[in-house]
Amino acid sequence: MSFEKIYKRIIAIGGVLIIGLLLSIFITLFINSSISIKKFGFSFLINKTWDPVFENFGAFPFIVGTLLTSIISLIISIPFSLSVSLFIGEYYKDTIFSKIFETFIEILAVIPSVVFGLWGLFYLAPIVRNLQIKFSLPPTGVSVFTASLVLSIMIIPYTISVGKEVIKLIPTDLKEAAFSFGATHYEVIKKIILPYAKSGIIAGFLLSFGRAIGETMAVTMVIGNVNTIPRSIFLPGNTIASVIANEFLEAITKIHISALIELALILFVITFILNLIANNIIKKVV
Amino acid sequence: MESKILKFENFSAGYGNLLVLKNINLEIFEKKITAIMGPSGCGKTTLIRCINRMHELNKEAFHKGDIFLNDKSIFEMNPVFLRRKIGMVFQKPNPFPHLSIYENVLAGYIINGIKLKREEKDKIVEDCLKKVALWEEVKDKLYLKGTQLSGGQQQRLCIARSLALNPEIILLDEPTSSLDPKSTVEIENLLEKLKDNVTIIIVTHNISQASRIADYVAFLYLGELIEYGKSEKIFTAPENPKTEEYLSGKFG
Ligand SMILES: Nc1ncnc2c1ncn2[C@@H]1O[C@H](COP(=O)(O)OP(=O)(O)OP(=O)(O)O)[C@@H](O)[C@H]1O
Ligand SMILES: [Mg+2]
Repeated sequence: MSFEKIYKRIIAIGGVLIIGLLLSIFITLFINSSISIKKFGFSFLINKTWDPVFENFGAFPFIVGTLLTSIISLIISIPFSLSVSLFIGEYYKDTIFSKIFETFIEILAVIPSVVFGLWGLFYLAPIVRNLQIKFSLPPTGVSVFTASLVLSIMIIPYTISVGKEVIKLIPTDLKEAAFSFGATHYEVIKKIILPYAKSGIIAGFLLSFGRAIGETMAVTMVIGNVNTIPRSIFLPGNTIASVIANEFLEAITKIHISALIELALILFVITFILNLIANNIIKKVV
Repeated sequence: MESKILKFENFSAGYGNLLVLKNINLEIFEKKITAIMGPSGCGKTTLIRCINRMHELNKEAFHKGDIFLNDKSIFEMNPVFLRRKIGMVFQKPNPFPHLSIYENVLAGYIINGIKLKREEKDKIVEDCLKKVALWEEVKDKLYLKGTQLSGGQQQRLCIARSLALNPEIILLDEPTSSLDPKSTVEIENLLEKLKDNVTIIIVTHNISQASRIADYVAFLYLGELIEYGKSEKIFTAPENPKTEEYLSGKFG
């Protein structure tokens, strides 16, 4: 067998293994959540109660918590990540300035999430506590909003890394053509760069969204771990990921464990689909 | 007598430590085609980019001396307004890929945020596409993306786009170098018609192209304007031996 053939075979085996791995994770989750799936059926998704004592399990509060934290964090991070992407990918493209900036952002992406969690607890929670006092809410410090703040910082590198690349890819030719019409730099950004890079930027947001949905450690530490639908974003709550992390070790009954695994299954499917969509968009752009 | 629209006066320009254009003195005639010729790297692109002040977008760029448009120094004008008066066509056709054919013609208005009524838009699009002889080919598919046309059609679209703001001058930097012979001839014919209304300055490496369409030829060599005059004169009896060598294909 030639080297190339062996090489190709290794790649093929690797690919098959990865697909197999994904499938087996899915199947394991599916089998282990079957008790819960059988017992609650579809109502699992819309039941607002999560009560281990009476063995009544519904995912709705966590679906709400997950959507809230990830959407709020996305909204907070978009202005930052968009302007930094433009800064690195356009205004200061290929300068030492943006190289340094990029390095810092990459570091931000590899900081362990427990560190973000601690920082959120010690630095952000007191700030949120002041807000809660202002709104005459219980001054817990930890809340859906605290978790969103921590998340918004954690996902910034993901949006930027995609955003700056698609912005860099825009042909100089097109920008020059726009300048030759008398456009200002701002108009070039608004009328040429952003429309051109739009789908890539959106893909970056989707990736960040997926990341925010699945983020566990930091969120568990600062969200307050309350299993009801939060009446305000300044009150504690739980996300799908955080309730799993928070309860799995304490769960004893079969149905409780099975319900937690069903949550994991939901998370797996959502993040899988989100990533699929985002990667498809990116592939089309690049 | 022919009137002059553009005048370079002791004009020099370059990048960083590199002096590219050396003390250029040149007068461009209105509603004529002036070809800028010369070997690669002699500064042709730099020269035309100075005319609409695109040169200064480069952080390293510098210039000395002056250029006058209708007796007014371009460096005293607002670059935004100057650029609207001067259209530019690039070497590679570059319609905006996110805009339709229709919107591409109107790109100058869209980018500058100039609002137009629907009828005005329709009229500009039709007029400009007719001027570049593209109307018949695309009138039924104006909604297609500009990039879905053939290379020659794209370049004509880019010329239409540069005409839409009613410029006084159009600058073209080797506009046919990436096109097939048929599209090249189409564009040449087109430029000859356009010069009734607009001054055309075209950079070209193609000697026969220049002899076919140019009224005037400026010959640059190592950043100096070594010969300038009516094209018949330059192609039949060039004064400078370098020009002659270039035209006979000895270098380039
Ligand atoms: N952005 C830039 N930064 C630094 N130097 C440049 C830049 N653009 C061009 N130059 C230099 O300026 C000189 C003239 O370049 P220019 O592009 O004007 O030549 P040209 O006559 O258009 O050549 P060609 O026929 O190959 O297009 C060259 O030596 C080139 O290396
Ligand atoms: Mg050139």
